[in-house]
Amino acid sequence: MPAPIRLRELIRTIRTARTQAEEREMIQKESAAIRSSFREEDNTYRCRNVAKLLYMHMLGYPAHFGQLECLKLIASQKFTDKRIGYLGAMLLLDERQDVHLLMTNCIKNDLNHSTQYVQGLALCTLGCMGSSEMCRDLAGEVEKLLKTSNSYLRKKAALCAVHVIRKVPELMEMFLPATKNLLSEKNHGVLHTSVVLLTEMCERSPDMLSHFRKNEKLVPQLVRILKNLIMSGYSPEHDVSGISDPFLQVRILRLLRILGKGDDDSSEAMNDILAQVATNTETSKNVGNAILYETVLTIMDIKSESGLRVLAINILGRFLLNNDKNIRYVALTSLLKTVQTDHNAVQRHRSTIVDCLKDLDVSIKRRAMELSFALVNGNNIRGMMKELLYFLDSCDPEFKADCASGIFLAAEKYAPSKRWHIDTIMRVLTTAGSYVRDDCVPNLIQLITNSVEMHAYTVQRLYKALLDDISQQPFVQVSSWCIGEYGDLLVSGQCEEEDPIQVTEDEVLDVLEGLLASNLSSPVTRGYALTAVMKLSTRLSSVNRIKKVVSIYGSSIDVELQQRAVEYNALFKKYDHMRCALLERMPIMEKAAANGPTETVQTNGEAEPAGLEPKHPPTIIQPANQANDLLDLLGGNDVVPVISTAPAMKPASAGGELLDLLGGLSLSAPTPAPPIPMSQPPFLLDGLSSQPLFNDIATGIPPMTAYNKNGLKIDFTFERSNTNPNIAIITIHAANSTEAEMTNFVFQAAVPKTFQLQLLSPSSSIIPALNQGPVTQVIKVLNPQKQQLRMRIKLTYNHKGSPVQDLAEVNNFPPQSWQ
Amino acid sequence: MIKFLLMVNKQGQIRLSKYYEHIDLAKRASLEVDVIKGCLSRKKEECSFVEYKDYKLVYRQYASLFVMVGVSENENELAVYELVHNFVEVLDKYFSRVIMFNLEKVHVILDEMILNGHIVETNKSRILAPLLVLDKMAES
Repeated sequence: MPAPIRLRELIRTIRTARTQAEEREMIQKESAAIRSSFREEDNTYRCRNVAKLLYMHMLGYPAHFGQLECLKLIASQKFTDKRIGYLGAMLLLDERQDVHLLMTNCIKNDLNHSTQYVQGLALCTLGCMGSSEMCRDLAGEVEKLLKTSNSYLRKKAALCAVHVIRKVPELMEMFLPATKNLLSEKNHGVLHTSVVLLTEMCERSPDMLSHFRKNEKLVPQLVRILKNLIMSGYSPEHDVSGISDPFLQVRILRLLRILGKGDDDSSEAMNDILAQVATNTETSKNVGNAILYETVLTIMDIKSESGLRVLAINILGRFLLNNDKNIRYVALTSLLKTVQTDHNAVQRHRSTIVDCLKDLDVSIKRRAMELSFALVNGNNIRGMMKELLYFLDSCDPEFKADCASGIFLAAEKYAPSKRWHIDTIMRVLTTAGSYVRDDCVPNLIQLITNSVEMHAYTVQRLYKALLDDISQQPFVQVSSWCIGEYGDLLVSGQCEEEDPIQVTEDEVLDVLEGLLASNLSSPVTRGYALTAVMKLSTRLSSVNRIKKVVSIYGSSIDVELQQRAVEYNALFKKYDHMRCALLERMPIMEKAAANGPTETVQTNGEAEPAGLEPKHPPTIIQPANQANDLLDLLGGNDVVPVISTAPAMKPASAGGELLDLLGGLSLSAPTPAPPIPMSQPPFLLDGLSSQPLFNDIATGIPPMTAYNKNGLKIDFTFERSNTNPNIAIITIHAANSTEAEMTNFVFQAAVPKTFQLQLLSPSSSIIPALNQGPVTQVIKVLNPQKQQLRMRIKLTYNHKGSPVQDLAEVNNFPPQSWQ
Repeated sequence: MIKFLLMVNKQGQIRLSKYYEHIDLAKRASLEVDVIKGCLSRKKEECSFVEYKDYKLVYRQYASLFVMVGVSENENELAVYELVHNFVEVLDKYFSRVIMFNLEKVHVILDEMILNGHIVETNKSRILAPLLVLDKMAES
């Protein structure tokens, strides 16, 4: 068998391969040759073959059959064999293969070998891929080598120890005595690796950390070494561009950072040296900047004095002006970390940061954007927003979503005026409309409803923008909602803020019909548009046209649209008398702070905040085919039951407890609240959402007993909402003093016409016996006219197997609850 | 700590790869492809640091050879940049023309410089010492 080719030739041959297939062929051939050579147990060429195998492995071809050969090489006496064997072991083996355990003995012997290079090899391999069993066995040897005077071995042993500690953390104490003298070495290699070892120990165990801080006086030692490095003149050994051993400097600084974090004494000891490094390091080359960067990071992390911190931030500011993009990147990253703590200092560099938004590099742009958002405050909002909007226009799509949400947040917090706020949001919607998140649509709608005086202006601008572009879905959704609500303002041309435009009813309807028909509109958008058209039937006069549109969609393929159209049709035909009332203007929605409604009504992704006009009859969340039953509940009763839907709150889960206007088509699970009693007209209720209580201050309104019969006692406690003084929050406590529990407990209430009532879901529908745990439920009553509160309540429950129903009227409300 | 080091030519073929953290072979291939694509596609003006998954990549181009180092999040990127330069200088000193036919020798050098993801030695003469001894032994 001819001598196997050398690695060099193999590489040359493979490089000549022009296609992947050719290369594969060559490798397979060689692989086969290597395999047969292994089978022959050929000692002389094994080394060469394994080397070739490693190369093939690097290219991605299978090489597992060489594992045992590596072991044989390691066991051989020749250094070259051992070298390749260990290299192979490092590359091919890892602790998942069982073969590696066989190496343990070899490594042990080699650790005690007479030649330092062999020992070095063994240390290197152990340090790279030793498993925890191997580490446990050989830790003693490593520790011995850590104490030798041979610096070549010492540095390798230190890093090997790092690996051992990582694999078997319990062995950390074993290395502790050896570390005592490590730092007194002169050899930089040993110093470097010792610092790494100490860093690893400190990071792993807080006990070690405190031990090093107090007992070992580590900090002074490190400071001394660092000082020597800086002060000493030119030393050819470790010089890199004029700075002596920057790698060691950086490492020491990092260890100082860990030691000084949160510890005053250590931080104080380091202050001087940090200042010295910061001022004396030359910054013309990258090396100097690397050291400065590490220094800045250290200063920021430890408890340094303020002068030092300002120095650090100024260094970062200088970095930002540097031409080298690497340095700018690094500066932006660190500023981002420090902006929380040293806000004012970073503000000074705001203009530079904003300039970085225009940089070509993607990573720099992203950093600059994040930093800009962190720096926005009430004073600079206008200027910053201009820059950010310009950035939004020109940036890559991957940024747009983040930028848009950032802009929304900032605008919300610091908007100087409502008009500015609306303008900004519209600008975002028109430029990056398709990238905004879904929950901003209801947010925006709520914002618009709240700024009453801006309605005309808003709808006019939205209309104009809609004429230009209908492709951005969130924008279109908001616009169609607004046109539906405020279409009358649009047509009548009443805008004060801007020159009013002349829009006829037909034009408005054209636009909406266009939306419905367009291919660009998503189903959700179409839903919005259809509802908007419907709403306009009360606001505009071209009712016939609207009727036509609505009936066309009665046979649409999209189920959602079809359902809506059919219901709206029904509204026209049978319930025309109700139409005006149902489609009246939305009330101002309260924005609850951070209460995400837990019940989501979003199965078709729609977040339409269908609020209900308070004075008028209810809609209930039931499938649409029961919509007709709904209307049976209306009655000319003097106590008109009122249900209000919870207004679209800050939609973390977007518009949770929404009532769809006519039928909760999308609801698969109607509210957990009490079921609707179809046969009982006056007492409608509902407990739509499970909104958590406002934690308002109890305003000292005395509680009262509303009902007490047959063992069931219901108490009312009162609170006044601190967001709206007209709302009283009543918590009912239902307690059962009988021996049997009451199940399926349902509490319903109705109030006179001038009030609005909202019932939230009860804590449970089972009242345990013997007063063990009352069931609570929250009722919110809005009393804008401050009339005397009266309530009719209906209770249904099962007691001892038989259902019980009772009606009662509650008139004894304390005066403070409704004044 | 340094997670991996790759040396790649302009066409994207790997000349040297060393991993300091165990990664499966299959994942290794996709990692390499991603990293190479990410670094080779960057333009001159862009900075040398890229974020990739939970690594930071530091890359440097020397004529037709790219050296890429993947490090963990807490490393000082500028220092790693210097390290790459140091490594290339060492290679330059030993191989008078950087022809990568002696892969095992490059591995020896690399192992002398970086062990288990941390720097061991940065002094060129000390790094090359064992290698020169090895060469002498091979000749004799």
